[in-house]
Amino acid sequence: MTTTPAIVARGLSRHFGQLRAVDGVDLTIPRAEIYGFLGPNGSGKSTTIRMLCGLLQPSAGTVEVLGYAMPGDAEKLRPKLGYMTQRFSLWEDLTVMENLLFIAEVYGLGPAQRTERIQSRLTEYNLLDRTGQRAGTMSGGQKQRLALAAATLHEPELLLLDEPTSAVDPQSRRDFWESLFRLVHQGTTILVSTHYMDEAERCHRLAILDRGRLVAEGTPKTLMAGIDAAVVEVETDDIEGTLAALRQVPEVESTAQLGTRLRVLLTRSATDPAATVRQSLQNARVAAQVNAAGPSLEDVFVAATGERRERREQRAAVAGQA
Amino acid sequence: MSAWGKTLRRTWAIAAKEFRQLSRDRLTFGMVVGIPLIQILIFGYSINFDVRDIGAGVVDLANTSASRALIADLEATQVIRVEERLRTVAELEARIASGALSAGVYIPPDFERRKLDPQRTAVQVLVDGSEPTIEGVVRALANIRVPGRAGSSTLPSRLIEVRTLYNPEKRTPVQIVPALIGVILTLTMVVFTAVAIVRERERGNMELLITTPVKSGELMMGKLIPYVLVGLIQTTLILLVGVWLFNVPVVGSLIDLYIAAAAFIAANLMLGLVISTLAQTQFQAIQLSIFTLLPSILLSGFMFPFDGMPRVAQWIAQILPLTHFVELVRGIVLRGAPLGALWLPLTKLGIFFAIAMAVAATRFRKRLD
Repeated sequence: MTTTPAIVARGLSRHFGQLRAVDGVDLTIPRAEIYGFLGPNGSGKSTTIRMLCGLLQPSAGTVEVLGYAMPGDAEKLRPKLGYMTQRFSLWEDLTVMENLLFIAEVYGLGPAQRTERIQSRLTEYNLLDRTGQRAGTMSGGQKQRLALAAATLHEPELLLLDEPTSAVDPQSRRDFWESLFRLVHQGTTILVSTHYMDEAERCHRLAILDRGRLVAEGTPKTLMAGIDAAVVEVETDDIEGTLAALRQVPEVESTAQLGTRLRVLLTRSATDPAATVRQSLQNARVAAQVNAAGPSLEDVFVAATGERRERREQRAAVAGQA
Repeated sequence: MSAWGKTLRRTWAIAAKEFRQLSRDRLTFGMVVGIPLIQILIFGYSINFDVRDIGAGVVDLANTSASRALIADLEATQVIRVEERLRTVAELEARIASGALSAGVYIPPDFERRKLDPQRTAVQVLVDGSEPTIEGVVRALANIRVPGRAGSSTLPSRLIEVRTLYNPEKRTPVQIVPALIGVILTLTMVVFTAVAIVRERERGNMELLITTPVKSGELMMGKLIPYVLVGLIQTTLILLVGVWLFNVPVVGSLIDLYIAAAAFIAANLMLGLVISTLAQTQFQAIQLSIFTLLPSILLSGFMFPFDGMPRVAQWIAQILPLTHFVELVRGIVLRGAPLGALWLPLTKLGIFFAIAMAVAATRFRKRLD
C-alpha cells in the first residue's frame, strides 16, 4: 500500500461565468479513510467532486487523484475510481441484475469474476430477492444500495459519493454507513459529501465548505476543540424575550433553537461567556438557566459558515462607517 | 484481453443495453413499426402525380370529320374527358373560371385550312393554370399531332408516342415507394440517435457513464448499432407493403438495396449524434431533427426534379443524405442497376458519414462542461 495521499488539490477553482462555485480549495486526502465534505447547498461540494473525477475542468489549480493529474489522465484513473452521483444514475428501465451486468461488462470483468462479484454485492447490499425488479420501481434506499453495489463492483481504490443519503430513510442511512466502514477496512478511500451533521461526525476527517471556499478542515474532534467561538446553552420558556435580549449583546454571534433550549455562539474574546449571557438576561428580566456547553460539530459548522460570517462582515462594515 | 477486445466488449454491452431499453419503451417501439406503416399508406394512396380524366369542354366550330377525330383522340389519351360541348370560347372560359371545368379544347372554323399550314396552330387547348399538376399534364396534350396532310386523313392521327420507361403505367406509387424508404428513415433515424444520447444526459446516466472506462467512440458506436438494425427492419416493412399493396416491382438485387439502405441509415444516425452534441434537451434534439427533415423532402428529388431547382438548392441537396439515397434506391429497385454502377451516390453517403463522425467525435467529449 502506497503512503502517498489519495487526493492532493492545490488552489482548485471552478467558475461558472461570474459565479465562483469553487474558489481556491487546497485538499490533502489520506488513503483508506472516510473523508467528508460538509457544506450547505451551493457550497461547491458537487462541483469539487466532479473536478476530482474529471467530469469538469478546473478553471484554475491542480489536482492529483491516486497519482494521476486531472483532467488529463482521467482515462487512466477510471478503472480505479467508483463514483456515485447525487441523483440515481443507473437505468431505471433495466432490472437490478441487468444494471449490474452492464456495469460489469463496462469494467471488463471476466465471466467467473462477474458472477462472483455480483453475487457478493447482491448479498452484501441485501438485493438478492430483487434481481428481476426494474430499478425505477425501487424505493430510495434500495436504489441507493444498488448504486453502491454498482460503484463497488470493480473494487475501486477510491470511491466518490456525492450526497449518497439525501433520498434515504434513517435506518437505511445507518446501514449505508456500516457498508462504508466495511469498505474502508478493505483499504478503500472514500470521499463523501453530506449536509447531515451525524454523518459528518462519523468521518475520519472533514472539510467544511462554504460558498466555494474551504473554511475549516480536520478530524471532527480537532474541529470541535479548535472552534473559533464559545458555546453557551440557555434553557427558557421565553424564547422570544431571550432572543430580543441577546440581540443587544455585541459578543453574541449566532443563536439556534433546539426545542426549549437555545444554543448561543459568542466570540472567543468574551471573558466568561456564560456570565455575560446570564447578566444580559437578568437585565432584560428574562427567567432562564444559562450554562457553558461543549461545542458540537453543528456549532463548528455554524461558526465556520454563512450566518455568522455575514454578521461579522456587517459588523465590520458598521465599524468602518463609524 | 487486447485493447480491441475490450473495446468490442464495451461497445457490444452498450448496444445490447440500448436494444433492451428500446424493446421496453413501448412508445418508441410502436414508432419503429407504426411510423413506416402509416407513412407509406398515406403517401402511397394520397400522392398522385398521375392525373386522369380531367373534366373538359369542347368548342368545335369546324365540325368536320377530322375535328371530330381529333377530339376522339384527345379523349382516348384519358387525360381529359369531354364533359360539355359549348358554342363559343367565351362560354368555355366562363365554365373554366367558375371551376366547373379544368380544361377546354377550341377548334376554330378554319381548322381544315390551318392544319395544312405548318406555320400556324390549328387547335387551342385552354387550361386552368391555378392547378399546377393539371396544367402540366394538359400542356403535354400540345404534343398531339394534328391529323396529317390533306387527303391522308382517312387514318386517325397518332399521338406522339411518349413511352415512359421503367414505370410504363406511370403509376405514382412505383416512383414514390422506393424513395419513401428514404424519407421515412430520415424521419425516424435522426431523431432516434439524437434523443438516445440526450435522454441519457437528461436522466443523469451520462454522468455515470463518463466516469467508467467507456470511450466516447465506443459509446457512439454502441448507440448506433441497434438503430441500424431498426432501420433495416423499417426498410423491410416498407418494401413489403410496397410490393404487396402497391405492386411496386423490385427489379434489382435485394442485397444491393440493403447495402445502400445500411449506408444511408448509418449516415442519418451519425447526423443524429451530431445533433445530440448540440442539443441540451430532448425537445431541442427533436426540433433540430425536424429542421433537417423538411429540406430533405423538398430538395432530395423525392418530390420535385432537380432540373427545376436553382443552383443553390442543388448544392444544398448534395449535402443531404436523402438525395443520394433516392438516386440509389430508384436505380436499384426500378431500373435494376447494379451497385457498381451507382458507386458515386454510395461514395457520397460514405463521405457524409465520415464527416459527421469526425464532427460528432470532436464535439463529443467525456466531460460535462
